[in-house]
Amino acid sequence: MKFLHLIGSNLRRKKLRTTLTMLSILIAFLLYGYLCAIQEGLNAGVSVAGEDRLVVRHKVSLIQLLPVSYKDRIARIPGVDAVVHQTWFGGIYQDPKKFFAQMPVEPEAFLDMYPEFILEEGARKAWMQMRTGAIVGRKTANRFGWKVGDRVPIQTTIWVQKNGSQTWEFDIVGIFDGAEKGVDTTQLFFRHDYFDEARAEGDGMVGWYSVRIKDPERAPEVAQAIDEEFANSPAETKAEAEGAFVQGFAKQVGDIGAITAAILSAVFFTILLVSGNTMAQAVRERTEELGVLKALGFTSPQVLGFVLAESCLIAGIGGLSGLGLAWLMISAGDPTNGALPIFYFPMRSLFLGIGLVLGLGLITGIVPAWQAMRIEIADALRRN
Amino acid sequence: MSNDVLVHVRNVEKRFRRGSEDIHVLSGLSLEVPRGEFLALMGPSGSGKTTLLNLIGGLDRPTGGSVEIEGERIDGFSDRKLAAWRARHVGLVFQMYNLLPVLTAERNVDLPLLLTHLSRQERRRHVEAALAVVGLSHRARHFPRQMSGGEQQRVGIARAIVTDPTLLLCDEPTGDLDRKAGDEILDLLQVLNREQGKTIVMVTHDPHASARASRTVHLNKGQLSTEAVP
Repeated sequence: MKFLHLIGSNLRRKKLRTTLTMLSILIAFLLYGYLCAIQEGLNAGVSVAGEDRLVVRHKVSLIQLLPVSYKDRIARIPGVDAVVHQTWFGGIYQDPKKFFAQMPVEPEAFLDMYPEFILEEGARKAWMQMRTGAIVGRKTANRFGWKVGDRVPIQTTIWVQKNGSQTWEFDIVGIFDGAEKGVDTTQLFFRHDYFDEARAEGDGMVGWYSVRIKDPERAPEVAQAIDEEFANSPAETKAEAEGAFVQGFAKQVGDIGAITAAILSAVFFTILLVSGNTMAQAVRERTEELGVLKALGFTSPQVLGFVLAESCLIAGIGGLSGLGLAWLMISAGDPTNGALPIFYFPMRSLFLGIGLVLGLGLITGIVPAWQAMRIEIADALRRN
Repeated sequence: MSNDVLVHVRNVEKRFRRGSEDIHVLSGLSLEVPRGEFLALMGPSGSGKTTLLNLIGGLDRPTGGSVEIEGERIDGFSDRKLAAWRARHVGLVFQMYNLLPVLTAERNVDLPLLLTHLSRQERRRHVEAALAVVGLSHRARHFPRQMSGGEQQRVGIARAIVTDPTLLLCDEPTGDLDRKAGDEILDLLQVLNREQGKTIVMVTHDPHASARASRTVHLNKGQLSTEAVP
């Protein structure tokens, strides 16, 4: 602690340079925070995907439908606990920019399958009673100002009604919340029986199945058994863990993880050069002073520690401010105005960010610190 | 060895390698400095004065021979032990003062005390006392850039004496000062020598400065010389 003043005072030596370096680190970590939140949003659901759930889709592609008759066959496979189906509706509300997912489901079985969707008992009962009833997630309800009792028109080009209309109307009977932070509350679910009767095409077909298994450790085995059940049929299946399915879905717009990693790598590499150069210059400029410290009796490891601590302090002030600012700005709201299903700074990313701050400080400081440690007193003083 | 002898340099050699060439800076030099002496080391540039001072202060190691201070051979110490020894036994005064520009006078003087186990209050008392000795109590909160050369050198002397070292080593302490400021520094060194009994070894090539010392030795081409070398 008694050396803190000595370390801190060096930051005031070249105020403009230190401030600019800290600002560049701050911006880098602000960007890091935002990219993490966006990545989380685009990968929505991966982190909260049920370990005990599989998703069974058409082997060729997600847009190929599967027969509804598969439900009972899947349910009979050993290890399977429950089965529900969903279908991609692909509707828009008012204009295409106002996108969110809608799916017809079997209400009771669906809510039983997804306990992470929290719905009031009254709303649950109302949904069972109203064929045109729909439940919507809190985020979308807030986004459009919907409340229980509203009738909302959704247009779709995929599912035309038997009367030729492409506009489907749903009565909002409940608004659900997520049981935890990463749960997607942008979706709207409506009743499959209403959908099945009203649609002009696709009778007896559904999009995919969600399957709850009794023992998560047997997931690969059960998935294989499901695929074997439908092998050599006109609609072969691909069963996979829900997390992998959600990730695959997100990858339709590109490998978000790889894109984020590439951007961040470029940013951090640049920052590494900027901060490394600052530290190297700072040490070069005060070789004599470091020599004096050693002459006074400071040991080489102490001098190494001072330079490393200084570099960590610069990275720490800039990086932690950046992370803090990112946290505040992300908490203030989603810049896409609700287009991302979830938008928050995941705690694991925050801790990783803190680790990166420390790593940045150590990496940028280690070479100058090593040079400072190896300074020969007589050589340093001779520079005078 | 007599008990009066504080510094005992025996047959020291110091060679530097520059490219393929060996440069002999000191060649078999021996020197004794009695406790309480104010010794001036004189000689032309490149004669090895500063190198000898560095060896006595444990800032550098001899290529051959030995350096004993208070009966302890310091040339064989490990780096860590030598650093601790310097902190405890040696006070250094440099020609260019070598204060840390980002620290105030009191913080500069406090630097060597950071290596001790003294409490903050004890350190503060030592710093105040040292600044009082050099007559700069009123400049304690000033930064080096706010002080004259003479004042900076006095801060440098306060930093050198704050730990009450055995030995005070001064490398051209008046070399960067005008005559008046230089005289003040020499007065101060004399007071420290006479009244506080500090043993001082001072490198200088200024006869006016060396005249203040109790003894002057001359170096020429890495060896002691009985005669002053122009």
